[in-house]
Amino acid sequence: MQFLQLVISGISQGCIYGLIALGFVLIYKATETVSFAQGELMMLGAFCGLGVMTFLEYPFWVAVLASIAAMALFGILLERAVIRPILGQPAFSIVMLTIGIGYVLRGLVTTIPGIGTETHTLPVPYKDMAFNLGALTLNAEQLVVIGTTAVLCAALFALFKYSKLGIAMQASSQNQLAAYYMGIPVKPLNGLVWGLASAVAAVAGLLLAPITFVHANMGFIGLKAFPAAVVGGFGSLPGAIVGGLIIGVVESLSGFYLPDGFKDTAAYIVVLVMLMVQPNGLFGERLRKKV
Amino acid sequence: MDSLLSAQNLSVRFGGVLAVNNVSFDVKRGEVFTLIGPNGAGKTTVFNLISRIYTPTTGTIDYQSSQGMLRLTEQPAHKIASLGIARTFQNIELFEHATVLHNLLIGRHTHRQTSLWQDLLFTGTARAAELKAREKAEEVIDFLDLQHHRDSLVAGLPYGVRKVVELGRALCTEPQLLLLDEPSSGLNVEETEDMAFWIQDIQQELGITVLMVEHDMTLVSKVSNRVLAMNQGEVLALGSPREVQTHPGVIEAYLGTIDDVSNLRREAA
Amino acid sequence: MRFIFKTDYAQDIRLAKHGGHVFWYSLLVLCLLAAPWLIDEYWLAQLTFVLIYGIVGLGLMLLAGFTGLFSIGHAAFLGVGAYTQAVLTNMGIPFPIALAMSALLSAAVGLVVGLPALRVKGIYLGIATLSFGFIVEEVFARWEKVTGGNAGIHIKAPDLFGFKVDTADGFYFLCLVLAVLATLAILNLLRSPTGRAFVAIRDSEISAQSMGIQLAYYKTLSFALSAALAGIGGALYAHKLQFISPDQFNIIQSIDLLLMIVVGGLGSVHGAFLGAIFLIVMPQLISLSKDFLPEAIGQAPGLQSVVYGSVLIAFVLFEPMGLYGRWLKVRTYLQIFPFYRRGMFKRQKSFQKSDRLK
Repeated sequence: MQFLQLVISGISQGCIYGLIALGFVLIYKATETVSFAQGELMMLGAFCGLGVMTFLEYPFWVAVLASIAAMALFGILLERAVIRPILGQPAFSIVMLTIGIGYVLRGLVTTIPGIGTETHTLPVPYKDMAFNLGALTLNAEQLVVIGTTAVLCAALFALFKYSKLGIAMQASSQNQLAAYYMGIPVKPLNGLVWGLASAVAAVAGLLLAPITFVHANMGFIGLKAFPAAVVGGFGSLPGAIVGGLIIGVVESLSGFYLPDGFKDTAAYIVVLVMLMVQPNGLFGERLRKKV
Repeated sequence: MDSLLSAQNLSVRFGGVLAVNNVSFDVKRGEVFTLIGPNGAGKTTVFNLISRIYTPTTGTIDYQSSQGMLRLTEQPAHKIASLGIARTFQNIELFEHATVLHNLLIGRHTHRQTSLWQDLLFTGTARAAELKAREKAEEVIDFLDLQHHRDSLVAGLPYGVRKVVELGRALCTEPQLLLLDEPSSGLNVEETEDMAFWIQDIQQELGITVLMVEHDMTLVSKVSNRVLAMNQGEVLALGSPREVQTHPGVIEAYLGTIDDVSNLRREAA
Repeated sequence: MRFIFKTDYAQDIRLAKHGGHVFWYSLLVLCLLAAPWLIDEYWLAQLTFVLIYGIVGLGLMLLAGFTGLFSIGHAAFLGVGAYTQAVLTNMGIPFPIALAMSALLSAAVGLVVGLPALRVKGIYLGIATLSFGFIVEEVFARWEKVTGGNAGIHIKAPDLFGFKVDTADGFYFLCLVLAVLATLAILNLLRSPTGRAFVAIRDSEISAQSMGIQLAYYKTLSFALSAALAGIGGALYAHKLQFISPDQFNIIQSIDLLLMIVVGGLGSVHGAFLGAIFLIVMPQLISLSKDFLPEAIGQAPGLQSVVYGSVLIAFVLFEPMGLYGRWLKVRTYLQIFPFYRRGMFKRQKSFQKSDRLK
């Protein structure tokens, strides 16, 4: 029973990693840039929700929708202001830029007088609810995480497989110049992708808030989402979720069964093993340059 | 003339695609041997098999190196240059953020004489080796008239010049066998004529055997000793340029049959 | 304007290309030698840190700037060097031997970290090195018998076979000598076949291979050399601070190192030192300006984060060639005045091409 309990808690944590990883992979699939700012965007989304609920005193659902919308808009603006000018630069520079964005966001939130440096609780309606299934105790928070992730994934899958938008995004990520020639509005598309990724980050933040509380250093969880994206294969959306789940479960189990210290490094050991065994991840593409 | 390189029954399969199917040919020492064929015929794939970027599914390649007959298909990719085989690439693969001279000096890598420690301390031996490498690179610069561009960054150079730099880099390795992948693609008439002269000089003055892939038939007729025509991964014809160009199978591959042509004709209004 | 007429191949091989170089760099060396007598103790300590970070920066520049392999966990090598030096010095082993051991052990760890590099590229390699960084940090914290765990350890002063270097001035000279040697080693590498092989791997792996460069050997070598330099820097760092603990070698430190080489100028030796100067001077500037800023901004806890992030963003957006690049532009402007044209250094606008197909 303990085992199953651990697995469920691992799946729930893994879903969070998966959602953040999903954000990375969305941006990577569409623009081939790696964004280290996803964690901080998630943190910002959680603070948005907090702000709407505790200061504007709106109900939970309004806060959720408002945060998602606000973050989506923020993502689009961010792309327009900061990311667009540097497209074409080597990948490394873009990574450093997103790290810089993360720093700035974290610093700005910490600067907000009174709120920034404190830890807050997000008053969600399903807080402290739990179900008992035989000997298992299922936290409502964990169930909401798992459920929301499943719904979101289905929606994104449909978007990419069946809509013109999805195909356009993939095209522009592989060869931007050719995409321009084909009449694909590459720049607005990139903005849209960033908006989408930020919205996903906001959802992740709101889901995570009841579990870890809302504080400025929430974003560091984003670092664990990278192994998730890599394990799944960096260009694959289902891979991001699967990778997240694997990391989450391994982490949860190793925290209990293995000695101290393995819980924190479990994610990283898994990713190293994966890179040795299957360098492109579970669902990644094995592309090679044709000369 | 003996056989320098001999490919036997080469086949390579990528997933479901049979890119090269049972191709055999041999390149005699001192000749210019050209592969022709429509796009997708598998010519560059054959090059990549010789450079060991790909491994053949079946078949072997034998090569007469200075150490005797070698099975090339058993050698790792980075050994090919030291065996005396150099190549240029279809879509130029130069070192973009380095100068032309730098690129040529990298071509001298197989002739390096210093160890890591000698490099770190830059001993007298390292200095002498550097000067020697520079002299050799300068010989190639003279041969190809690249003096004007010696210190320019490759990234800013026009396409024609970059093709010549690629050729120069390959020559710096002092090869026995030079693989040229579409040397005249993207070049204008003048530049193609220069290329023709250089290929002839490479063969006659430097004594290097040339294996090339080409589309420009004028260039092919001018410089080649023998031509191999390929289509859809298979050998169509082998012989002198004139023989291959008049081979019916080759004409069909390039132009289509009489039926295809007649379908293109429009009825008078 | 300066025209350099070349009459000899050796001119291109020489490190100092013309009289001006010789003059200015000699002046720099003289100033550095006279520093203990010219500046006060606090700033001498900062200068020592600049030299230490410069050495580490040289290593990271070699790896990321010249070989194109990105290491997001570089602080791990710093830590290995620091802890090895700490443990060995506390056991009484003389400084030069302990330093050599630190460098060797860091190089060995570098070799291990470099193994994924042989199979993966780009972001995958970055994540692999990031993972190693976390794992090594955890090892420092858990291996309490050797490293003292999270409590950290104190280090005794360097002992050069009986001659104890326990003054700030003495230690400064030690760092200066090592920094100069490291710089010369890297410059020598770059003008020799090994350095050219590294650059070739960065620009085009396939054609590097067809020129006879064995990728596995050179990539591993790059990691090992880079880690060795970081190890040496780490050893000096340990002596300077006289106390180290695992949280000094975490992801934040790794990102600081990357920040250093990006701001300094990727792909140049000068960039390592300019970046080190930036890294040390920036916090000082922030503290100094706190007095001039309004209360709300100056005392904000997130100020350092915001400034660091903004500077990083600004450099990537406006000065991708880093501080060294900006210096080059200024120097060119002065050298060819009034013929300088706007856009002389402008990169050709390029479109994003898939990295996966590189």
